[in-house]
Amino acid sequence: MNKIIEKEYFSDSVVKLVVEAPQIAKSRKAGHFVIVRIGQKGERIPLTIAGADVEKGTITIIIQKVGVTSIKLCNLEVGETITDVVGPLGQHTHIEKVGTVLASGGGVGVAPLLPIVEALKNAGNKVITVLAARTKELIILEQQMRMHSDEVVIMTDDGSYGKKGLVTDGMEEVIKREKVDLAVTVGPAVMMKFVTILTKKYNIPTVASLNTLMVDGTGMCGACRVTVGGKTKFVCVDGPEFDAHEVDFNEMMLRLNSYKPEEEEAYENFLNKYRKA
Amino acid sequence: MKGLLEYLKKEREQDWRVELRSKLKNKERTQLERLAMPEQAADIRNKNFAEVNLGLSEEQARHEAQRCIDCPNPTCITGCPVGINIPKFIKKIEAGEFLDAARVLKETNSLPAVCGRVCPQEVQCEQVCFYPQKLNKPPVAIGFLERFAADYEQNSGKISVPDIPAVNGIKVASVGSGPAGLAFAGDMAKMGYDVTVFEALHEIGGVLKYGIPEFRLPNKIVDAEIDILKKMGVKFVNNFIVGKTATIEDLKKEGFSAFLVGSGAGLPNFMHIPGENYIGIYSSNEYLTRVNLMNAADPEYDTPVISGKSVAVIGGGNTAMDAVRISKRLGAGRSMIIYRRSIEEMPARVEEIKHAKEEGIEFLNLHNPVEYFADEHGRVNKMKVQKMELGEPDASGRRRPIPIEGSEFFIDVDTVVVSVGVSPNPLIPQSMKELDVSSWGTINVNKETMQTSIPDIFAGGDIVRGGATVILAMGDGRNAAAAMDRHIKGKVRELISLIKEFKTIGEVLEFAK
Ligand SMILES: Cc1cc2nc3c(=O)[nH]c(=O)nc-3n(C[C@H](O)[C@H](O)[C@H](O)COP(=O)(O)OP(=O)(O)OC[C@H]3O[C@@H](n4cnc5c(N)ncnc54)[C@H](O)[C@@H]3O)c2cc1C
Ligand code: FES
Repeated sequence: MNKIIEKEYFSDSVVKLVVEAPQIAKSRKAGHFVIVRIGQKGERIPLTIAGADVEKGTITIIIQKVGVTSIKLCNLEVGETITDVVGPLGQHTHIEKVGTVLASGGGVGVAPLLPIVEALKNAGNKVITVLAARTKELIILEQQMRMHSDEVVIMTDDGSYGKKGLVTDGMEEVIKREKVDLAVTVGPAVMMKFVTILTKKYNIPTVASLNTLMVDGTGMCGACRVTVGGKTKFVCVDGPEFDAHEVDFNEMMLRLNSYKPEEEEAYENFLNKYRKA
Repeated sequence: MKGLLEYLKKEREQDWRVELRSKLKNKERTQLERLAMPEQAADIRNKNFAEVNLGLSEEQARHEAQRCIDCPNPTCITGCPVGINIPKFIKKIEAGEFLDAARVLKETNSLPAVCGRVCPQEVQCEQVCFYPQKLNKPPVAIGFLERFAADYEQNSGKISVPDIPAVNGIKVASVGSGPAGLAFAGDMAKMGYDVTVFEALHEIGGVLKYGIPEFRLPNKIVDAEIDILKKMGVKFVNNFIVGKTATIEDLKKEGFSAFLVGSGAGLPNFMHIPGENYIGIYSSNEYLTRVNLMNAADPEYDTPVISGKSVAVIGGGNTAMDAVRISKRLGAGRSMIIYRRSIEEMPARVEEIKHAKEEGIEFLNLHNPVEYFADEHGRVNKMKVQKMELGEPDASGRRRPIPIEGSEFFIDVDTVVVSVGVSPNPLIPQSMKELDVSSWGTINVNKETMQTSIPDIFAGGDIVRGGATVILAMGDGRNAAAAMDRHIKGKVRELISLIKEFKTIGEVLEFAK
């Protein structure tokens, strides 16, 4: 169980792992996630299930190196096992044919966006994907997105790749050009906040997949709570996808930084140990 | 009931008990003082996570056991939710036969080392003990003695593993590995069933592991009990969420005949007051899980927790006491309980309240939070509380707290733990639409058999009772096991009689399809 069957580098900082998890492979649907823990001293973190093969009994996860646990995960090799994998968790994505879908992803949100884009495309939608990053090196999964999108727009802050500008600039161009029936956004809370402001202006229904902190992932602790439409919701059981126009992104941004000092310290310690090793 | 009384009487008339009683006069026994539990000093223990209570020595235990006069009509047993033969185990301790004492406990209680530590004895067995009832003296320390006998057995290396009959090949499962699931698994294994316990978390034990802290219930005590179940053939599957990883229907297809749902009350309640989602405001479940399950207090572990300097814990139950005492151990200068009723109405065990006070916890009773405030990073830095007074008794019989207008004031805090109760875990009910559930979200059962509206599914513990106790959850697990055994055997008999009515093998095979 939980053995790594296949490993592929999409870039220096993005790794795809195929993991043996037959029960989860059987039960999962697009939009579900798993919680993993690496080592007896590890923390529990959520990861979107990017795909599954029921026959082979495997699930695919795409990991972007952002902190201690994601780096540990990326360092695992084929044949090694992940200490704990539990799922599938959350509500699955509501996939429908709606017409034209404008997907936007940035930073940590690009990996979880991929399976949603794939499912929307397979459902017969026209999918236009906007990927954004600070600079060229940080654009990830472009090839994979191209495989499942009708069009991919790349935006960089410094103009080193694609067009110069923010994710919202790229989106607005598309919205002005053609009718968009649905927007889907996954990324840093601040990005999703501005995407939401834009789509509100144009009255486009928008779904955001939220990546809050989690502990158990089963609704037991409330670490993942967000305010949606004035009500407290638990992302792990009520989400991860919500009507973006109702989400309180300001609160979510603050909560995501709950352990900023602790995380930075842990990350530094980890890198120090890692460099020595 | 009559049968039970006669049984107890017969036991009491056994030679060794008669002889033991004659050794000391009742008058001498009742002169003995109740022993205090040896414990770590308060100003030392509030800086470490080691167990507070150190346990009785053999001499102390035998001394305390002598206080019990072995009443002809032992009322203490009526106060025990699982009907432990209390005088018998205590007299075994007095006789110095400690392993036998543990065996008596295990006849009806599969987790005595746990219950000796966490049961609210003062409202159960000890409340109806002869001493407080008739002599107005402190009760025999039944809880301390239970713990003593169970620990003695664990430390002796001679833990008795109950005899297991040949397996009957019938697969049954527990959903959840808390006390309800563990007690159920033990009893079913003793009856020869092939038992699997599914647990959503990576650790087995439910609240015993993620909720109750190490200084009150060390993990190794719980693990020792789980080990015995493993030796009895019980299988444990962690990281498996029934209803998500696989449904009960899926498991039926894999050959499971019947289920106990002991999934607990894992949904934290919040007060829904302004500012409750600021950073540094935790549910008690989150705070306890980070520290107990994920070891956040140990820098070697990856999970973080905020170690506040001024910590307010909202609530008056065991969970609130555990959280506030943890905050002190994480280095808080000021740790407070904020509870809207008076101290007499707090549901926590008396011993926990006493320990908390000794450890320097402040109690703000008849106070209630109304709003939280934060700095520019969204970190909580202040709370507004309101004073309360007690009015008429409410539905629970406790006097209703009423806010005093204009009494609000502010307290500086950097961590808040909201411990105002939990609701039933909705995962299972959500995945089984036919299951009869109350408006509170608890699963409705037949109170004697613990059977739900679906005949093959039984339920017990907090998912049935809302928040309850370890011992009640265990009692439910045991009752469910007995009833499930009758239910399954009844079904088998029915099948056999049906098959007998068939005339040809072909008919039987057709039916088996
Ligand atoms: C901090 C704290 C302190 C307490 N102190 C005391 C005390 O001193 N004395 C006392 O008597 N009682 C105490 N209690 C109460 C007592 O712990 C509970 O009443 C008791 O544990 C309930 O047992 P249970 O078996 O019903 O559920 P739990 O112990 O809650 O166990 C349920 C288990 O099921 C798992 N689960 C849930 N859903 C699923 C699913 N779908 N699939 C698989 N697994 C699932 C959960 O992860 C959990 O591990 C305390 C509770 C807390 C939180
Ligand atoms: S992660 Fe604990 S409730 Fe969602």
